[in-house]
Amino acid sequence: MTPQQIFESLKSRFGEAVLEAKIDAFPDPWIRVAPAKLREICLYLRDDGEMLFDVLMCLSGMDYRAGKLGVVYHCDSTAKHHRIVLKTEFTDADPHVASVESVWKTANWHEREAFDLYGIVFDGHPDLRRILMPDDWRGFPMRKDYQVPEFYNGMKVPY
Amino acid sequence: MGLLDQKFENSNIVITSMDNLLNWARLSSLWGMQFGLACCAIEMMATGASHYDLDRFGTFFRGTPRQSDVMIVAGTVTLKMASRIRVPYDQMSEPRYVISMGSCSNCGGPYWEHGYHVLKGVDRIIPVDVYVPGCPPRPEALMEGLLKLQEKIRTESLVRKKSA
Repeated sequence: MTPQQIFESLKSRFGEAVLEAKIDAFPDPWIRVAPAKLREICLYLRDDGEMLFDVLMCLSGMDYRAGKLGVVYHCDSTAKHHRIVLKTEFTDADPHVASVESVWKTANWHEREAFDLYGIVFDGHPDLRRILMPDDWRGFPMRKDYQVPEFYNGMKVPY
Repeated sequence: MGLLDQKFENSNIVITSMDNLLNWARLSSLWGMQFGLACCAIEMMATGASHYDLDRFGTFFRGTPRQSDVMIVAGTVTLKMASRIRVPYDQMSEPRYVISMGSCSNCGGPYWEHGYHVLKGVDRIIPVDVYVPGCPPRPEALMEGLLKLQEKIRTESLVRKKSA
């Protein structure tokens, strides 16, 4: 299926939750969806006979500045040989989004990384804790407004 | 002390000082604790392998700090790893030495400017004897660092306090 067909199929099934698509984007065409129906959309993408997106290649957190955070999902189908990119956006005042760990198990560690570096809370994740930074680290390093701390456990951090 | 076998011309007696003997013994068999953290570890393994051979200097790698004389910190030291470096260093028994291998453990390396997670130089937590620059240093450079450490040990004395 082409990205345009995938977008139309999603739009006919989920209506308003599928917001927009940019088919001629470089390098991959993407579809933006509302965070409310995210888990249902991902289940449909994985289980539907025409879609069969059985692999989540990557899940990344994003900081779009001005208080907007987001998550980007790269999905791939080994059976149908097509791939698609999903994007969601939300504000950092309420950085909650549904976890897709029950859809694709690989999202377990990807969502832990997004939580660790951006502070995005994935509802329904079985074990949401820091994965890269030390457990007692304060702050979310990959946010655009992050300030490097002066000291960590008695060690000077900046050069 | 020179080459020991040249002194056995007349009789089997060698006269030297205690300092020289101890220093010669210590520098000729520096057992290293491998502390390969990142890319420099690969160059350290290459130095220990057959082509560049550290074994001819009496150095071979021990996995435990209890039986090693020198700790070669090879690779990027992150803040998460820093406490785990301090503990094996404290577990080494004296005389103990530290070689900092590569830019990352010397001064933070390529992460000096934006690395929020990197300790800018392992000498912020443990005392370092020899710094080997490079990213990564060639095996010959690491061997030169080891030889410099040997020279440093050669000038030590039982009476004078050790430098590091």
